[in-house]
Amino acid sequence: MAGLKPTEEQLAYASLLDLGRKIGFIGLVITFIIYLFQLLPSYIPPNELLSYLKLNLHDYLEKTGIQQGWYWITLHRYSDFLPFLLICFLSFVTIFCFFRILPILLKKGIKYTFYCPSFKY
Amino acid sequence: MGRRQILAMFAVGLILCITSLAFGGEAQILTNSSLPWWAWPLILFVFTFVLGIVAVLGGVGSGVLYVPIVGGFFPFNLDFVRGAGLFTALTGALSAGPGLLRRGLADLRLAIPLSVVTSVGAIVGAMIGLALPKNLVNTLLGVTILGIMIIMLRAKKSEFPEVKGPDPIAKALGIGGIYVEPSLGKEIHWTVHRTPIALVLFAIIGIMAGMFGLGAGWANVPVLNLLMGVPLKVAVSTSVFLLSITDTSAAFIYLNSGAISPMIVIPSIIGIMLGAVVGVKILEVAKPKVIRIMVLGLLFLSGLRALLKGLGIWN
Repeated sequence: MAGLKPTEEQLAYASLLDLGRKIGFIGLVITFIIYLFQLLPSYIPPNELLSYLKLNLHDYLEKTGIQQGWYWITLHRYSDFLPFLLICFLSFVTIFCFFRILPILLKKGIKYTFYCPSFKY
Repeated sequence: MGRRQILAMFAVGLILCITSLAFGGEAQILTNSSLPWWAWPLILFVFTFVLGIVAVLGGVGSGVLYVPIVGGFFPFNLDFVRGAGLFTALTGALSAGPGLLRRGLADLRLAIPLSVVTSVGAIVGAMIGLALPKNLVNTLLGVTILGIMIIMLRAKKSEFPEVKGPDPIAKALGIGGIYVEPSLGKEIHWTVHRTPIALVLFAIIGIMAGMFGLGAGWANVPVLNLLMGVPLKVAVSTSVFLLSITDTSAAFIYLNSGAISPMIVIPSIIGIMLGAVVGVKILEVAKPKVIRIMVLGLLFLSGLRALLKGLGIWN
C-alpha cells in the first residue's frame, strides 16, 4: 500500500525503535525464565510474593525493605529484579530514538520545513 | 450504533455483573490462596492473551481493559496493576510504532510537540496517582472507565476532516503532511487547527494516563481527528505511536517508586502481544461489531466494579 513517503528522521526513529523493542522483549523473556525457574535466587520468595502484592505500595516497601529511586539497581543479582534492567531499557528506547534523530534535525535546521503546499498563508 | 446494539451491550454487562455477584463478587479461583505461586503468572498470561485478542477485535486499547479488570478481579493491589497496565500499553505501542512510522501513517512531526505536553501530564498523573488513597483512585478510575465507554459509544469519526488552514502554532511547528489514500487513489493533504486547545487536552489526557496506567488511545484519537482535523488513519496511527512516548515518562515514575512486579508485568506483556497478533489474524473472519458490543459491556462492568469498590459498596 502506497503511503506518505516518510522523512529521513522518521525512518531513522523507526529503525532504532524496532531494534530497541526487539532487544528489550527478548531480554524480558530470558530474564523472566531465569526468575520463573529460579536459576538465580529471588529477593522475595515466589511463594510469598502474592501476600506482598496484595499490600499497598507503602506497606510493600516497608515490609520488603526495598527503597524507592534507583535502589533496585543494587538488587540486580536477584532474579526478580533482573527484569527491571530490561524494563528500564524499554523505557529508555524512545529517548535513544530522540537522540538518534537530533543530528538529522539539526542538519535540516530545527525549524521544520512545512511540506504541504496546498495551504496558502 | 443503534438502540438494539446499545441495549445488547448493557445486557451483556449486566449479565456479567449479576453472575459475578452471584458468585460472591469475585471469581473464587482468583482469590484462592492455595494455588501454587506459578499459577498466577500463568493465569495472567492466559487472561491477557484473550484480552489481547478481544482488544484487537473490539477496536479498543488493551490498557483500557487491563487495569480495571485486573484491578477489580485479581488479588493484586491497584498500585502494581497500574504499573503493569502502563507497561503493557507501552510495549504495545513500541511494537506497533516502527511499522506505522515506516508506512508513513504515524507522523513524527505531529507526535513530538503533543508528546511533550502529554509526557509532562503523565509524570504529574503518575505521581498524583501513587499518592492518592486507593479508594479514591478506584472511584476516579471507575468514573473514567464509564466515561471512556460513553465516548466510545457516542464519538463520531471523520475520515477526512475539513481544515481550512493551519493555526499559527501548527504553522510554526510545520505540522502537516500528505498521504495517499488507497481507497480513493488520491493524495490527501492535511494540516491541523485548534492546536492550543489540543495541547491543553493532551496535558489532561497525559495526567489521566499516568494516574491510572491506562493507554490514551480512547482520548488521543477523538482529539486528533475531531478537534485538530487529522485524517482518521493518521490520527489512529499517530495515537498508537504517541503512547510509546507518553507512557515512557510515567513508566519511570512507577519503576522508581517500586510499583512494578515482574510477576505481573511480564506475563501480561507477553500475553497481550501474542493475543494481539492472533487477534489480527482472526479479525478477517470475526464479527467485529459483536465483539465490540461485548467489549463495551466488559468496560461497563469493570468501570462499575472499580467505582463501587472505591465507594466501598462492592468489595
